[in-house]
Amino acid sequence: MSGDKYEAVIGLEVHVQLATHTKIFSISSAAFGGEPNAHTDPVCLGLPGALPVLNREAVDAAVRLGLAVGSHVRPRCRFARKHYFYPDLPKGFQISQYDEPLCEGGAVTFRLDGEVRQIRLTRIHMEDDAGKNIHDASGVSFVDYNRAGVPLCEIVSEPDLRSADEAAEYLRAIRTLVRYLGISDGNMEEGSLRCDANVSIRPRGESKLGTKAELKNINSFKNVRDAIEHEIARQKVLLGRGERVVQETRLWDPDRGISASMRSKEEAHDYRYFPEPDLPPVVVDEAWLLRAGAALPELPEARHARFLGLGLSAQDAQVLVAERPIGDYFDQALAAAPAHPKKIANWLINEVLGRVDDARKLMDQDVPVPPAALAELVELVEKGTLSGKLGKEVFGRMWQQRRRAGDIVAAESVSLVSDTSVIEAACQRVVERSPDEAARFRGGNVKLMGFFVGNVMKETGGKANPKIVDEILRKLLG
Amino acid sequence: MAPEVRGASLVALAEGVAAKKWKSRDLVEAYLDRIARLDKKIGSFLLVDGEGARRAADAIDKKIVAGEAVGQLGGVPIGLKDIYVTRGLETTAGSKILKGFIPPYESTASARLAAAGAIRLGKLNMDEFAMGSSNENSAFGPVHNPWDLERVPGGSSGGSAAAVAASLCAGTLGTDTGGSIRQPASLCGVVGVKPTYGRVSRYGVIAFASSLDHPGPFGRTVEDAAALLEVIAGHDPMDSTSIPQPAGRYRQASKAGLTGLRLGVPKEYFQSGMDPEVEAAVRKALDELGRAGATLVPVSLPHTQYAIATYYLICMAEASSNLARYDGVRYGHRTAEAGSLEELYAKTRGEGFGAEPKRRIVLGTYVLRAGYYEAYYGKALRVRRLIANDFAAAFAQCDVLVTPTSPTPAFKLGERAADPLQMYLADIYTVAPPLAGVPALSQCCGFTKSGLPIGLQTIGPTLGEETVFRLAGAYEARTQWHQRLPEDPS
Repeated sequence: MSGDKYEAVIGLEVHVQLATHTKIFSISSAAFGGEPNAHTDPVCLGLPGALPVLNREAVDAAVRLGLAVGSHVRPRCRFARKHYFYPDLPKGFQISQYDEPLCEGGAVTFRLDGEVRQIRLTRIHMEDDAGKNIHDASGVSFVDYNRAGVPLCEIVSEPDLRSADEAAEYLRAIRTLVRYLGISDGNMEEGSLRCDANVSIRPRGESKLGTKAELKNINSFKNVRDAIEHEIARQKVLLGRGERVVQETRLWDPDRGISASMRSKEEAHDYRYFPEPDLPPVVVDEAWLLRAGAALPELPEARHARFLGLGLSAQDAQVLVAERPIGDYFDQALAAAPAHPKKIANWLINEVLGRVDDARKLMDQDVPVPPAALAELVELVEKGTLSGKLGKEVFGRMWQQRRRAGDIVAAESVSLVSDTSVIEAACQRVVERSPDEAARFRGGNVKLMGFFVGNVMKETGGKANPKIVDEILRKLLG
Repeated sequence: MAPEVRGASLVALAEGVAAKKWKSRDLVEAYLDRIARLDKKIGSFLLVDGEGARRAADAIDKKIVAGEAVGQLGGVPIGLKDIYVTRGLETTAGSKILKGFIPPYESTASARLAAAGAIRLGKLNMDEFAMGSSNENSAFGPVHNPWDLERVPGGSSGGSAAAVAASLCAGTLGTDTGGSIRQPASLCGVVGVKPTYGRVSRYGVIAFASSLDHPGPFGRTVEDAAALLEVIAGHDPMDSTSIPQPAGRYRQASKAGLTGLRLGVPKEYFQSGMDPEVEAAVRKALDELGRAGATLVPVSLPHTQYAIATYYLICMAEASSNLARYDGVRYGHRTAEAGSLEELYAKTRGEGFGAEPKRRIVLGTYVLRAGYYEAYYGKALRVRRLIANDFAAAFAQCDVLVTPTSPTPAFKLGERAADPLQMYLADIYTVAPPLAGVPALSQCCGFTKSGLPIGLQTIGPTLGEETVFRLAGAYEARTQWHQRLPEDPS
């Protein structure tokens, strides 16, 4: 987009469902799915007389998120009622936060094309999710309140994003982060990660913000990218024609790849916020912050930097930090074979990750090749007991049969022949059989070394240690 | 053998059941008989659960025979304002919009009464969503004051007050937001208690104005009310605004005497606008309390004049929010036909709500609208703080305040119905204590020449229920007003 007359200015509002056991204000399960309305109770159904009781587990998750992005966590925050009518909203208001959110400030850090980007946050607040309307083909509508009351964190960014790609990467970074923290599964398909985007454009060099449009229903990484691209293009066309962008909310239609106006600024809801009288202010004291801070894992960015320090390529580091269990796996394998970080990364990325359908399950008990087993294999290869090719073969068997590399090598004598006398005899035979090639090699055609090595390997059934073969051949042909 | 339940005290009836002098079932039959004969004229019950009451009474009687414990209120028939949700029993809050609503759960307060052995006779009439001071705003017809059937019982807990006054049950629960327990107690000549905010759980009490709603009891005597409060008070984890402290010993306090108590007399509560008979009765009561050994201290609550405006701003704002859930989607009334979602809401709510809730929803919505929060709700919260500070300052000089409860005795049905503002102003003496969250009690301190009860209000500091009961109990012990009974309507 450089060379372009306009610059896009994008801010995201990201909703993260917190993976708590129970709902934010009541005792029903907060799990995804279930028979419609199975996870309900008087509170989340908004029955007359029911009252909310705050789930501390949800606050703790939000506090961890706030600390992870360097937000200021307010010692005292408050819930507020946000009013609007919709059938999936049982109380006629959402219990959200308004003028006193839990977290203010902070930033999400990630890499875009190898470059570190920091997107500032305005705030993070807590609220309850709504249910889901289900429209039947016959025109009848139903409401499922299983989702009503599931805890949400809304992460509001500053308008720091400059492209659709960057917005998608920012969203991905949030997903990675919440998964690292273990506070959400960040699953866009199931709606545990959702996003609205505020998009405007302005002439390059201009510091004043243009008029923004808010995009809704962009609930996949692809939709985020497509919808924002489309919106930037739409606004450019408008300005190009000398028209104005109007402030409005637009609904993205992923099937048709276009957005349509949902409501204008004038039709915007007046949410009539006021402090939730049924909930006292939430106090997060120093001890709570310390406890939550101490429980934070190593975060993706710090891990990325550490992996670069181990000599890994940026690309490999990126793969290893993408999900916390991948990095955990790497670290455990590294602990068992500390001399070979790059090799472990290669084996992990090329062999292990290719065999799991969900990298998040990598650290589960039943992964066929646990980190220590991979480390053992890497050591065998690096010691020369196995060639790379044999190593892959052995790995395949380890994965299938859940066996250790050492067992396979010992039981099936798949290890390389390092016995010099055996190799020497084979080399002798090959050189004697090929006097012409030997003469040409000695005459300076060093490329023929491949021919000799290949034949020795054939002689030994592929098990000769290539390093030793090379040494002996050079001696015989020297 | 059944005792005479007319005029009987709840405490005495419970003791009789425990002592096997009579059966709970006998009490239930006696009250059901009175309800069947008299309540057509009074209109205090919206629903009588005779079968449920008989079953519960028989269970208590069985336990008594078996020598098992039955709880402090074992076997005593009581009634609940129809704002307490009752599992399996229709609960309407006096509104058509909840007609037919059968709650799947039980309020904490009513569950505690049941656990203490009280027998629920039924659900009591009230102003719709507790909005009113005359019970004329009930969607299911007015309640008539047992002392004069042409007059109102007060509101919004009109049914709860009238049922105790007419001896249709031994005690009742009501709710008080701006006076909805104390004012009908005053107009019906019974004892009504609004405890400290958070003393009694609001869980399962249909919300009118969350920060002002106070569940509390009605009794024939101070000790009856104390006995009920002892059972329903105390921390409830289901209500985040519930105070984490156990209930006090209110019955004991009601008999402790008032020696040494300093009674504050706030001058702002004795200014113009009071009915002369009310003023005379209250001043006589003050004299009586002085003679009984209390010291009278003149005090001032300087922000009293702002209490009504503050109260109505806050309660309307909160009501507009609390009533948003009645949309016809999940329960209660739904309009027969609607072409769109918006029409579903508009028609359901238009048909389901009466005039007073509509008025308060509109006004509450107005004051909460964007850009006006600070001018109205925000300012009201700040004045509320000043009013609470007034009470704190007064209680630095005295232990308890004594004032009239209502500026007038019971007025005639229809007399004020056309003038909501006049109706609001009648709450002048009762709105400040809920704004401050402090406990207050109303009891009878005399009658007008025409035989209408007059109420005396006692206000204590936060969590000072014991002090309030000490004063009220001592006053009752020295007077006979509580023994006077209205004639049974013929």
